[in-house]
Amino acid sequence: MCSYIVEKTALVGSAKGRKGWMRIDTANVYFDHPYYSTLDHVLAIDFTNEGEGGRDRVAVELSAGSARALVTRILAALASGEAAHGAPVQAATESAAAA
Amino acid sequence: MSHYRALQAETVKFRGHNGDQGEAYYARPIAAGKYPGIVVIHHLPGWDEWTMEVVRKLAHHGYAAISPHLYFREGSESPDDLGARVRAAGGVADAQVMGDVAGAMAYLHAQPNATGKIGIIGFCSGGRHTYLAACTLSGIDAAVDCWGGNVIVDNPKDLNDKRPVAPIDLTEKLNCPLLGIFGNDDANPTADQVNRTEAVLKRLGKNYEFHRYNGAGHAFFNTWRDAYRPEQALDGWKKVFAFFARHLASSATRVAAE
Repeated sequence: MCSYIVEKTALVGSAKGRKGWMRIDTANVYFDHPYYSTLDHVLAIDFTNEGEGGRDRVAVELSAGSARALVTRILAALASGEAAHGAPVQAATESAAAA
Repeated sequence: MSHYRALQAETVKFRGHNGDQGEAYYARPIAAGKYPGIVVIHHLPGWDEWTMEVVRKLAHHGYAAISPHLYFREGSESPDDLGARVRAAGGVADAQVMGDVAGAMAYLHAQPNATGKIGIIGFCSGGRHTYLAACTLSGIDAAVDCWGGNVIVDNPKDLNDKRPVAPIDLTEKLNCPLLGIFGNDDANPTADQVNRTEAVLKRLGKNYEFHRYNGAGHAFFNTWRDAYRPEQALDGWKKVFAFFARHLASSATRVAAE
């Protein structure tokens, strides 16, 4: 059964969608029935730019195991990357998004 | 030529809640004759290709079937994008869905091929909508709830402006025969919730028929999903068509399932 439960987070970033690259400011994250995947439930993320109306999105549907593995790889990449490059220069809009 | 069948399927315009004009997918046999109508209510992910396959399947079996696009108000982008937007906004309001279902029923009634009999079938959140429609709309002759969850709402915090009432609390108003199809491995509705729903239907003396399948979970009719269970789905569809034939179709119009 579909749950309507969505975790929403503000972010700073870019994503490439059907119209090319775009700024994104929001991720809607949920674990529910997919639209395209054959899995019963997926961890889905919709990246959007709510500031521009949120009509375009870049979407992924991941298995639960894949999503968990991705989380650890993201954290590992951040740790090793920041160790190699130093602390990142904070985006001008980062503090607003993080607030 | 006794086995000859033909159907026509297309996107049509219909008037939904508040008279808003939206799209619906409509399929019917093209042979001259009268056909009972069936409204198909899609699941939360959206107005997808499997839903349209169901509409054509019903037409193949001798029904004029229509599935209103419940998210048409969101724009003209692809149904999956509209579904994502609706999900992020917390879903569509029950009242709006009921208005759209009533509008789809009116569309069917207005067709020259209509017998006047109307059934309704919904899947997942559409199963819940089916239960609601069977309790709140008039003019439904048979309703099929396929694994609709949240018919029972145990936590009052799950009720909100869009979904203000637990469908189970409307059961007394159920005014048509109800068929329920469930997988025993489903997490929503659980087997216990199905038991509790059945207990209420039984206590209120309602005309209902529940079928539960072992080795099946949620959405086990859905051929696009790993959850598809062919044996259970084939039997479930037989139950669905027998139910609709009993309550909607006359012998003159029914196309026998083969």
